[in-house]
Amino acid sequence: MNEMLPLGRDLRVALVGRPNCGKTALFNALTGSRQKVANYPGVTVERKEGALATPAGRAVKLLDLPGTYSLRARSPDEVVTRDAVLGRLAGEVPPDLFVCVGDATNLRLCLRLVLEIKRTGQPMVFALNMFDIARHRGMSIDVERLEAELGVPVVTSVAVRRGGTAALLDKIDEALAAPHSPHVAEGWSEPDAAGVRRLQKEADRILRASVQHPEAPDTVTARLDKVLLHPVAGLAILLAVLFLMFQAVFTWAAPAMELIKAGFDALGLWVGTLLPDGLLLSFIQNGLIAGVGSVLVFLPQILVLFLFILLLEDFGYMSRAAFLMDKIMGGAGLHGRAFIPLLSSFACAIPGIMSTRVIDSRRDRLATILVAPLMTCSARIPVYTLIIGAFIPDRTVGGLFSLQGLVMFGLYAAGIASALGVSFLLKKFLFQGAPPEPFMLELPDYKRPDARNVLMGLYQRGVIFVKRAGTTILAMMCVIWVLASVPRPPEGATEPAIEYSLAAAIGHAMEPVIKPIGFNWQIGVALIPGMAAREVAVASLGTVYAIENAEEAPETLGAALAGKWSLATALALLAWYVFAPQCASTLVVVRKETGSLAWMWFLFGYMLALAYAAAFATYQLAVLAGLG
Amino acid sequence: MSASTDCLRPTAAPTTEPTSPTALGAAPLGFRGRIRAVNPIAGSLPPEELERRLVELGFVEGAMVELLHQGLFGADPIAVRVDGVTIALRRREAAAVLVEAAD
Repeated sequence: MNEMLPLGRDLRVALVGRPNCGKTALFNALTGSRQKVANYPGVTVERKEGALATPAGRAVKLLDLPGTYSLRARSPDEVVTRDAVLGRLAGEVPPDLFVCVGDATNLRLCLRLVLEIKRTGQPMVFALNMFDIARHRGMSIDVERLEAELGVPVVTSVAVRRGGTAALLDKIDEALAAPHSPHVAEGWSEPDAAGVRRLQKEADRILRASVQHPEAPDTVTARLDKVLLHPVAGLAILLAVLFLMFQAVFTWAAPAMELIKAGFDALGLWVGTLLPDGLLLSFIQNGLIAGVGSVLVFLPQILVLFLFILLLEDFGYMSRAAFLMDKIMGGAGLHGRAFIPLLSSFACAIPGIMSTRVIDSRRDRLATILVAPLMTCSARIPVYTLIIGAFIPDRTVGGLFSLQGLVMFGLYAAGIASALGVSFLLKKFLFQGAPPEPFMLELPDYKRPDARNVLMGLYQRGVIFVKRAGTTILAMMCVIWVLASVPRPPEGATEPAIEYSLAAAIGHAMEPVIKPIGFNWQIGVALIPGMAAREVAVASLGTVYAIENAEEAPETLGAALAGKWSLATALALLAWYVFAPQCASTLVVVRKETGSLAWMWFLFGYMLALAYAAAFATYQLAVLAGLG
Repeated sequence: MSASTDCLRPTAAPTTEPTSPTALGAAPLGFRGRIRAVNPIAGSLPPEELERRLVELGFVEGAMVELLHQGLFGADPIAVRVDGVTIALRRREAAAVLVEAAD
């Protein structure tokens, strides 16, 4: 791509390193908020680029390559990193310099990667990150000796402290000042077992020569693991953490949600004073403000959920959770490593499905992708909250837990159980006979989560959600509003305006199909855009009922529903959304990640069938129980 | 060294004679030793691939190992400290690592 290379171009530096080595923290420290997150062309691997200026005034584009254990590239993420290191990544200019990031407290496996990258002949600097922690633990690292033994420049850094990257920046300047030419590494070949062993033994030799471990090694991780990895206590704690997480999603987020809701209500009223009654006002009030507001109100819950996930990740707990869950998940035909993607799917199936790339075997990966959308993603939270809030009494059970929180927990549990069941069936009927993929991963030392990293991650997730609310959801809301508003009711109409609209026509047409599962035509109207993005269903109900009730005193959507639906209908809708045919963007990602349209339709079909069956059973049972 | 656990354990019980190497996959909780060999064995992966992955995670001849934790069901998977790095793996794959006890 030489045409992208004008004279006086920006210099390019790429960060490469193992997962958990503090690479992302270093990237954040070096670039601050000047980051761009996108995808590499053709693949859904996240491409993170940032800008920085060196002390000597060089403008540098910094690329944060996906973490990798070796250049053998066993997953799509690692393929990107390998190809970037070899300078042959499609659509990317070969970087001028590679900064290999290593965790100074845990150099053993980092050093092998450094040696591997050095073999490619690319210009590189080795950054010993978390150097402060290493020193604090009593390790003594002879940096000069390390530099001499490795044959590459070595510099220490502390990503989480102000000024902790000064030496690294100087080193980058120094390396960029030297004559260099970004190039494609020729003649690289994957090392065989003997080659890997040779590299590891060389790394061990260098480690012994240049690093002295303290007499009394750090015991915090060992002591924590005694409890957190205990066969019984560990599992109990994991369950407790998940339970706490879902309680927090409900209770912590409530005040902020009230605030956002009040804000949108006030905005709607204020617009009402500016504009005359009519179509335009209805569009802005009911279509835009009510629609977008009813989705944005869930931002606090999504942030709380991501806060937990990011904290646990940063702390080093996620791989422990995979360890604890491996056997249980294996029983259902899932890989222990699938735990992390499935846990991320609680936030959103899309990052979850994308993170299945850590699973090497295609069969295990496919099984994980196919069940990930059954995990209760945050987009279902709006639907659940709305219905639970309207139909489940707000009281405490056993003096400790809120009943609403318990129902929510039950819905999450139903999602998990169904995911395990489906993967069990997949293993039994679709993937029979294949040997199980091994489970091998590093359990990194615990470390205190870094506030900046967590906040940065939280911010990026929040922006993605708000953008979705502002684009996809906004567009869908406009469509729904039009459908619900035209044609206008005839003169002297007695029914609410919406009864005469296109939406009502569509909803009534669906009635024969959705009646057995207890849904009325308004729900039918909401289900269609709900396929584009699940949370839109709530916004659609908001719009449909706002227009229907336009003449009456304004009431909250929850109260409106409580008056119009039976408990059986509400429960059936909850059951429907446990399995709800996933949003369009999830389908697109599944299509991309499996490389197959057939798997995408398989996923869509089986979830739709499950949703209908579950809603049908729930409704009929509830009616039998006298809740109809 | 013999640590007692009442959990289920793979049938190949660890030998107590210090000279004969045992498979790490059959070692009891608390086992400490040194790696004698990493062998390509058949199983879930092509043998050479399994060997490479184990070496990549730091299982090389001479490294000190300690079996720190094991799972609730079937004492599997296990968490092994290998020269300062903790690695989680299943006993099935750990069988490729031959170790001899050290005190």
